[in-house]
Amino acid sequence: MVIHTAVRTGASLPDRPYGQLECEHVDVYYGSFRAVTDVSLPFGIHEVTALIGPSGCGKSTLLRSLNRMNDLIDGARVDGRVTFMGEDIYGKRVDAIEVRRRIGMVFQKPNPFPKSIYDNIAYGPRVNGMRVDDMGDLVEEALTKAALWDEVKDKLKQSALGLSGGQQQRLCIARTIAVKPDVILMDEPCSALDPIATAKIEDLMHELRDEYTIVIVTHNMQQAARVADRTAFFTAQVDETSGDRTGVLVEFGKTAQIFENPQDQRTEDYISGRFG
Amino acid sequence: MTTTAFRGQLEGRPRPAEAAVRLLFRVAAAATVVITIGIVLALVIPSIGFFAEVPIVEFLFGTRWAPRFADASFGVLPLVTATLWTTLIALLFAVPLGLGAAVLLSEYAHWRVRKVLKPVLEVLAGIPTVVYGYFAVQFIQATVLKDWLQLQTGSFSVLAAGFVMGVMIIPTIASISEDALSAVPNALRQGSAALGANRMQTTLRVIFPAAISGIVAAVILGVSRAVGETMIVALAAGQQARLVAGPLEAGQTMTAFIAQAALGDSVVGSLEYDTLFAVGLLLFIITLAVNFVSISIVRRVRKAY
Repeated sequence: MVIHTAVRTGASLPDRPYGQLECEHVDVYYGSFRAVTDVSLPFGIHEVTALIGPSGCGKSTLLRSLNRMNDLIDGARVDGRVTFMGEDIYGKRVDAIEVRRRIGMVFQKPNPFPKSIYDNIAYGPRVNGMRVDDMGDLVEEALTKAALWDEVKDKLKQSALGLSGGQQQRLCIARTIAVKPDVILMDEPCSALDPIATAKIEDLMHELRDEYTIVIVTHNMQQAARVADRTAFFTAQVDETSGDRTGVLVEFGKTAQIFENPQDQRTEDYISGRFG
Repeated sequence: MTTTAFRGQLEGRPRPAEAAVRLLFRVAAAATVVITIGIVLALVIPSIGFFAEVPIVEFLFGTRWAPRFADASFGVLPLVTATLWTTLIALLFAVPLGLGAAVLLSEYAHWRVRKVLKPVLEVLAGIPTVVYGYFAVQFIQATVLKDWLQLQTGSFSVLAAGFVMGVMIIPTIASISEDALSAVPNALRQGSAALGANRMQTTLRVIFPAAISGIVAAVILGVSRAVGETMIVALAAGQQARLVAGPLEAGQTMTAFIAQAALGDSVVGSLEYDTLFAVGLLLFIITLAVNFVSISIVRRVRKAY
């Protein structure tokens, strides 16, 4: 299988990422079940990092621990450190709400609020008490960055639920951009979309990379190859004595290296389609 | 291939069970319609006799209700004011407390707490209203309002009746609006949280508006129960039909009058007997109007986004 890798490779990409967001020996538990074990991973500033791997390898779980979305799930617990600009986001005095304002998230299924398109965008700045001179300008800016402005500029007062799936997902991206985060986490953002809508979102990620650090979970290896600067491959490891499954990081590197010259046999098996 | 051998193979076979079940459902649907029409007719026909003798304007706008006196007067306003007072007072307590309880259960409480609290709340709905009525007269009116708060009030008041009626409908409002709030997809809560909203902002600005039709339905049901409630008001609001001007006054509600008049000392077919149905019809129309208005409000609110 031939996979074309991202445009931005080689010289412009440093060998080691400068980790704006970083995992250090992270374990994620749901009750007594350890879903992710000992992940250490830097997410380079203004880079796109893809998390790939088979179902149940813990990549979405890890993603949700990066902005404390796991806090909303009963029994979820994180061991180890997740740092943002050097600060432990699970630190005692850290407020999860402040973390999430700086580290936004786009979900698998588009989840616009049952409000107007305009109010969907304005919601984040309003609840955060951001000082905004002209909300109309901010809404336009966010929708423009999300490549949605031309399609919706004449119907800002209409319900967001009337948009197509792809438009709804770009609206959710615009909504995230509107609170001016530093990092955007994307949990399989295209899995509910058709190929044309998917292509639009992938183009968008290339644009957004200049301003934001992006982490994307995807099932689609071609997508990872197309959009990501670096790729982390996860797999589910089964303990031979207890039979417990847990997600582990197998290999992390520049996307070109992961797809063209994988160092681990498991990575090679997965990307060449022999597994998963 | 011979076509004659196949002929008829696609024809339908009789399915007796299917037909029987369909008939059963038809009967069930028809029964509700027939019963409803029957109730309306039972109210309307005696009322026609009533309005033949009492002008409808005098009935609706008269301020003296004395159907049993020698100089009988049929102005229904005193009954209506008592019903309005008790209903408004009940809603004043029940809506904030009921919605508060619903939000707590749906958005804040741990699932273990919810598992205990919700059934407890629903037990409140199972207490017979006559118990509530005595609680209103003996404790709220006599002890709380008169002894403790030293308020200027008699043996009965629309405040005591309304308050206890409010307590009675809290579980209705709480339980139905909790269902409506819980039915809002978690994806919206997560989406809101991911934008840096706290739980209160998420609840008030996203979840509440998304659940508004269910919440309005809960309040409507509360209103209907308050307007139609009889035992509490008959016991605690008093049996004197007079215009009610303040919460500490006593007054007879429409339902309390019907209960009193239906006790059996009026002759069937007499004008006094027919008043019962006229008041009942008015009560029915008020409840219906509340429903229609609320439904149209919900439609407008939902169109807004």
